[in-house]
Amino acid sequence: MPTTPGDAISAVIRAEYPRILATLIRVTGDVGLAEDALQDAAVRALQTWPRDGLPDSPKAWLTVAARRCAIDRIRREAARSGKELEAMTLQDFDGPEPSESVIRDDLLRLVFTCCHPALSSPSQVALSLHTLAGLSTPEVASALLVPEATMAKRLTRAKQKIARAGIPYRVPTDAELPDRLPSVAATVYLIFNEGYASAGAEPIRASLVDEAIRLGRLLYELMPDEASVLGLLALMVLLDARRPARLDASGALVLLADQDRSRWNRRSLVEGVELAAAAITRSPDRADPYAVQAAIAGCHALAPTFAATDWVAIVDWYDVLLSVTDTPVVRLNRAAAIAELAGPAQALAEVDAIDGLEAYPWWHAARAELLSRLGRRAEAVGALERAAATGLSPAHLSQLQESVHSAT
Amino acid sequence: MPTYAALIYTADVDWSQPENQGDMGGYNDFGHNAAAVIRGGAALYHTATATTVRVQGGKGGEVLVTDGPFAETKEVLTGFYLLECADLDEAVAWAAQIPAAWNGLVEVRPTIPMG
Repeated sequence: MPTTPGDAISAVIRAEYPRILATLIRVTGDVGLAEDALQDAAVRALQTWPRDGLPDSPKAWLTVAARRCAIDRIRREAARSGKELEAMTLQDFDGPEPSESVIRDDLLRLVFTCCHPALSSPSQVALSLHTLAGLSTPEVASALLVPEATMAKRLTRAKQKIARAGIPYRVPTDAELPDRLPSVAATVYLIFNEGYASAGAEPIRASLVDEAIRLGRLLYELMPDEASVLGLLALMVLLDARRPARLDASGALVLLADQDRSRWNRRSLVEGVELAAAAITRSPDRADPYAVQAAIAGCHALAPTFAATDWVAIVDWYDVLLSVTDTPVVRLNRAAAIAELAGPAQALAEVDAIDGLEAYPWWHAARAELLSRLGRRAEAVGALERAAATGLSPAHLSQLQESVHSAT
Repeated sequence: MPTYAALIYTADVDWSQPENQGDMGGYNDFGHNAAAVIRGGAALYHTATATTVRVQGGKGGEVLVTDGPFAETKEVLTGFYLLECADLDEAVAWAAQIPAAWNGLVEVRPTIPMG
C-alpha cells in the first residue's frame, strides 16, 4: 500500500510501466533505448508530479514524455556519431496513441520475448522482473539475492542474446502457443516460489510474491482463455491467501496443519477458487498441471480445519497430476496427502519408494516428519540431519526440528 | 537477413563409407527442402582425419600440430550448414529438420556480418 505521495506516484508509474515500455520497444526497435527513455520519463514524473499534481492521464503523460526522451537520446547519439537522423523514425513517434489491441499485442510480444526458450531460466526470470515488472537492476538483484554486478551482467547478456541471435519480437501463432506458454508460466511460477518458499534468511519474500501475482494478472488479462494462465494465477492467489497465517509472532513459519485459518485472506480464497474452477473447465481433454495444483490448493482453501480436509479429493487430484507430470516431487507431495488419508506408515513406504530425491532436502524433511510421527525418533533425527546437509532453509529446518523434538 | 551456423554434433561418423550412405539420405532430403535458406555447409570426414593446429608464443611462433580433434567427446562436430533466416525462430524450425537433431544435436549460432 502506498503511504507517501512519492510511493503513490511510484505505484502509478509501476502500473503503467510494461504497457508503455512494450509500445516504445516496437516504435524504437531497441530495448535498451526504450528502457532508458522510460526511466528518463519516470524521473521527470517524480520531479514534476509532486509539484503540479497527477496529470489527468498519467499513462498518456508518461507515453509522450518517454517518446520525447527517446527522441532526445536518438538526437544526442546521432550528434555524437555524426550520423544523419532518419526523419521517418521520428515521425512514427508522433503518431496517435495506440489502441488497446495494439498495446495488447505489444505486451504479448514482450512477454514471449522475455520468456523465449532460447534464454536460460535465470535470464528469463531476470528479464521478466526487469522488463515486464519494471524493477531496476539493483532491485532485481536484491529480490533474487544475487550481487548487483552479477545481475547487471546477466541482464546485459540476455539482451545481447536477444539482439544478436535474432530472438524475434512477435506473438506466437495459436499453433505455437502450446509450446511457448509453458516457459512463460514456469518463469512466473519460479518468481513466485522464490518469494513464497524463500531459500534466504527471510522465510517469505513478499515483494517477489507480489511481483509474480502481478505478472500472473498481466498474463490473465492478455490470455484470459488459457487454462494454464488461469490455473497459474489461481494457484498463486490461493497459496498467497494463507500469507497472514504463515508466520507466527516470532516470524517463524507455521505448518499448514497449525495455521489459524480465520486469518486467511477471504477475498483471495474466493477469487482463487473461482479461477481454479475456470481453469479446470477450460482443460477438459488434457489436465493442465497448474490448474490441477490450483484445484489441490482449492481443496485446502475450502476446508474449515486441517482435520476436515477432503484428503480423498486431494489424493485424486494428485493422481491426475501424475498422469501429466510424473515427477519424484509430485510423488512426494502426494505421499504427504496419503499420510493424512491412510496414516504415516503407508506414506513412509511410498516416500521411501521414490527414487532420485537423495539430494532433495524436502524428501529428507518428509521422512523426518513421518518417522517422528511413527515414534522412530533416532531415524527421524538422522533424516533431519540429511535435510540440513542437503540445504533445507533455516526457517523450515527450525520448524521441522521443533516438530521432531516435540513428538516424543 | 541474419545468417546462422547450424553446427551438427553426432557420434563420430565416416560419411564416405558406403554403409553410412543411407544416413546421408536424410541430409539430402533436408538439403532439398531447405534449399531456399541454405547458404553453405559441408559434411566432415571422421575425426580420425582431424589435425589440431596451435601456434605457441604468439603469431609466427612454433606451430604445434597434433593428431585428432581438439576435444575427445562422445558427440563431435560432423558437419554444418549456413542458414539465412528471418530470425532465431525460423532458424530453430529449420535446424529441427536436420537429421542430427534426433540423432545427436544441432547448435544454432548467429554469424557476425562481415564487411
